[in-house]
Amino acid sequence: MGVSDILGLFNYWMVIILMMIGFYTVVSRGNLVKKIVGLNIFQTSVFLLYISMGKVSGGTAPILTGKPEVYSNPLPHVLILTAIVVGVATTALGLALVVRIKNAYDTIEEDEIQAADDETEFGDPQAAEDHRR
Amino acid sequence: MIAAHLPILQVAVPLVAAPLSVFCRRGATAWTLTFVVSIGAFLISIALLGQVLDQGVLSYQLGDWAAPWGIEYRVDAANAMVLLIISGISTVVLPYARVSIAHEVEAHNQTLFYTCYLLCLTGLLGMVITGDAFNAFVFLEIASLSTYVLVAMGAKRDRRALTAAYTYLVMGTIGATFFVIGVGLLYMMTGTLNMADLAERIPAIGANRTLVVAFAFIVTGLGLKLALFPMHLWLPNAYAFAPSAVTVFLAATATKAAVYLLLRFLFTIFGTSFPTFEPTLTYLLLPLAVIAMFAASTVAIFQVDIKRMLAYSSIAQLGYMVLGMSFATVTGLTATIIHLFNHALMKGALFMALGAVVMRFGDATIDTMRGLGRVMPWTMAAFVAGGLSLIGMPLTVGFISKWLLVTAALESGLWPIAVLVVASSLLAVIYIWRVVEAAYFEPPPEGVTAGEAPPALLIPTWILIGANIYFGIDASLTTRVAGEAARALLKTAS
Amino acid sequence: MSIEAIINIALFVFLGLTAFAILKLRALFAVVMLSAVFSLVSAALLVHLDAVDVAFTEAAVGAGISTVLMLATLALTSRHEKAPTRSQALPLIVVFLTGFALVYGTLDMPRFGDPQAPIQVHVAPKYIADTQSEIGIPNIVTAVLASYRGFDTLGEVTVIFTAGIGVLLLLAAFIREPEGLRVQTMDHHLVLRVVTKVLIGPILLFALYVQFHADYGPGGGFQAGIIFASAFIIYALVFGLENARKAVPGRAVRLLVACGVLLYGGVGFVSFLFGKNYLNYSVLGADQVAGQHLGILLVEFGVGLTVAAVMVSTFYAFAGQNPPIGDEDW
Repeated sequence: MGVSDILGLFNYWMVIILMMIGFYTVVSRGNLVKKIVGLNIFQTSVFLLYISMGKVSGGTAPILTGKPEVYSNPLPHVLILTAIVVGVATTALGLALVVRIKNAYDTIEEDEIQAADDETEFGDPQAAEDHRR
Repeated sequence: MIAAHLPILQVAVPLVAAPLSVFCRRGATAWTLTFVVSIGAFLISIALLGQVLDQGVLSYQLGDWAAPWGIEYRVDAANAMVLLIISGISTVVLPYARVSIAHEVEAHNQTLFYTCYLLCLTGLLGMVITGDAFNAFVFLEIASLSTYVLVAMGAKRDRRALTAAYTYLVMGTIGATFFVIGVGLLYMMTGTLNMADLAERIPAIGANRTLVVAFAFIVTGLGLKLALFPMHLWLPNAYAFAPSAVTVFLAATATKAAVYLLLRFLFTIFGTSFPTFEPTLTYLLLPLAVIAMFAASTVAIFQVDIKRMLAYSSIAQLGYMVLGMSFATVTGLTATIIHLFNHALMKGALFMALGAVVMRFGDATIDTMRGLGRVMPWTMAAFVAGGLSLIGMPLTVGFISKWLLVTAALESGLWPIAVLVVASSLLAVIYIWRVVEAAYFEPPPEGVTAGEAPPALLIPTWILIGANIYFGIDASLTTRVAGEAARALLKTAS
Repeated sequence: MSIEAIINIALFVFLGLTAFAILKLRALFAVVMLSAVFSLVSAALLVHLDAVDVAFTEAAVGAGISTVLMLATLALTSRHEKAPTRSQALPLIVVFLTGFALVYGTLDMPRFGDPQAPIQVHVAPKYIADTQSEIGIPNIVTAVLASYRGFDTLGEVTVIFTAGIGVLLLLAAFIREPEGLRVQTMDHHLVLRVVTKVLIGPILLFALYVQFHADYGPGGGFQAGIIFASAFIIYALVFGLENARKAVPGRAVRLLVACGVLLYGGVGFVSFLFGKNYLNYSVLGADQVAGQHLGILLVEFGVGLTVAAVMVSTFYAFAGQNPPIGDEDW
């Protein structure tokens, strides 16, 4: 494998590492806002994956200049523009839910919310504690 | 002239109705608009099914750009049937919702609630009818985002609706992102997003590691959306705490659309000849389906909140659908597709009955159900009828589904699986009996007077029960369409 | 190694470090700021990968709107994260499996930048070759976005519309009426006040430029909508939400949100009158190219309208909650 091959896979591997950091943030952290941030990182890294696959060596942005040129692929760009919108829509709704949860529970830590919910369901803190064990 | 444009009208009408509903000043006006649009969508879906049974696959090019450069809508028997289910259930739920939502959602939110409902309908219809993989993602997200909001609208009754909605949002977005990663990898190796084009190009590439990983991510992403065990964690709370009409609509339609997409990707796009197709179905989907059938039914037995009990029951029923899929035979697929329809009827009726209880008493726990046989006789009778269908009694649609499933298992030589299907139905008997026992064999709590649910709630419930029994006695139409759909899915896979 | 490769590696390493810091830090304010940095550096990387439209959008959305919303949420909730108490074993296993699967999938991928890769030889060449004759605009991305795959973009507008409606449904009940709001402004900061007044005009003009210049350069309805909204947001931040709501009332914004989607969907219906399929713009003008130009103009405007209105209304919803924090509270 030549230098350009390793560099080629490097792009994708770095993107995968970024994706996994974002994914890990979502699943391992209990703070609701942190989870949304993690989700954002996960999604943004997926965008980088798509755009990396569209790049053509020696190419340029897909805007016709009138001269014969090599252009990078415009289709991934279009797909990602839509995906970015979907991402921000999800973020906005997620954050609105977090604000409402804070209003209702007075906390945004997942384990505290779970404890409050268990109390509601089982009637008293001790029973909730037992259920958790 | 309209007939030629039916495919796009199926989606464009609710899509344009949604912003129109923002202009409605009162919730009642918004409801009327939503109801009219839903009836329209239902009529269109019937017409589309008729066209498909006549002419075969329909194709519609958006913007008059030929696929794969433009986006194409492709309708065959499989998605025509799912379109019918979605728009049909929507039309039956809306009269129910008029009273139920007026009670369960704050007054100032009524208009926008129906906007969100129309968006959910648009998303579900759009993701089912499209022939473009990325377009499916966009409409999947429209449906999902509006669903998160609709679930959160239950916060007036119980604040746990908010956490349920948040958990659903996080898990649903992870699922959607996995799906989009899979589609991206597919695109990377084939250069196209059109489903028919992908189906042509993938066999030529064969056992490519990138395609295999794409397969895995798409199955996982869709599995999350359809609450396949073990990714079902979001469903019980979301169904339990959403407003009653929302639960009815979602239980009957949302996961079905995801099941359809999974069928489309597995059978049409990847095809039975794809290297990981058979191993995945036999060693992954089949075991997970069986576990779902048993584990979810067992957990349902111990639930105190009846809505949550039925939610776990739904996870078990989704197990049946995936089981039928995993046989990869015409009978198996027919069982899956017919269960998409039958389950919508069953669960729709059951959740409607529960919604009436919630409206009267504020919740639907096993305690609330005590003596309900005398207090709300028609509602409980509907619940019992739905319950019998769930168990699989002859003369109900549930029997048809189970019959086809057992036949498919025997056809594939897997008679232990057939035994398991029957055994898990016995579990359903237990949890339905718990409710029946409380309702008919225990006295109502003190001070509770007899008071049936209003006709606006009872009539849609009994319409669904009627359909349950009608299609249970005469299943020729549904079996024929499901069979067509199954053959369409398997034929285009070659 | 070429300078391009070095830039590539440097940007990716920077992104990796930022992401890792976001994971580890528990001061949420720092986390949000770093997430804005992450978006901005991603935008730089996207420019490097020739995706100029995408970079523009990522910068506006990620470093702009998302950051504003996250900061608003922090102001309303809490600013510190608790230390993780649960075991990290299961998440770690799931993440490793997923990452491993992905790396396995990269092994058969086409070489990065390969002009003969499947996606470069199928579908895309026709876009590049025929955009000039069929649609007549230089920006191929806009051509594909608004025309060839215009229906996806209608879906995109609907997604943003859904988010706007959702935020209104979730938060509108808790917005305090304008009279009840303690007028919290920052106009006692001289620099902020002067600079804001000077900038608002150019921001709005730039937004209109981005909106209508999408055919010729990076830009489009989405980016323009966000920039347009940002002018109102900065006005609200400095001069007070109450003044902003007097200038652009919430109810009006709500209706504008719907208008953009109606415009886009409506343009599609016009094609029916000429017997063509939905969203066929060719019928809108004397010849195909003229029709496409008009169609793209209208639908992009619809996108910009809805996006701007949704951003403003979402900001109103978040900012109109509990009393804003004064300088001394930080």
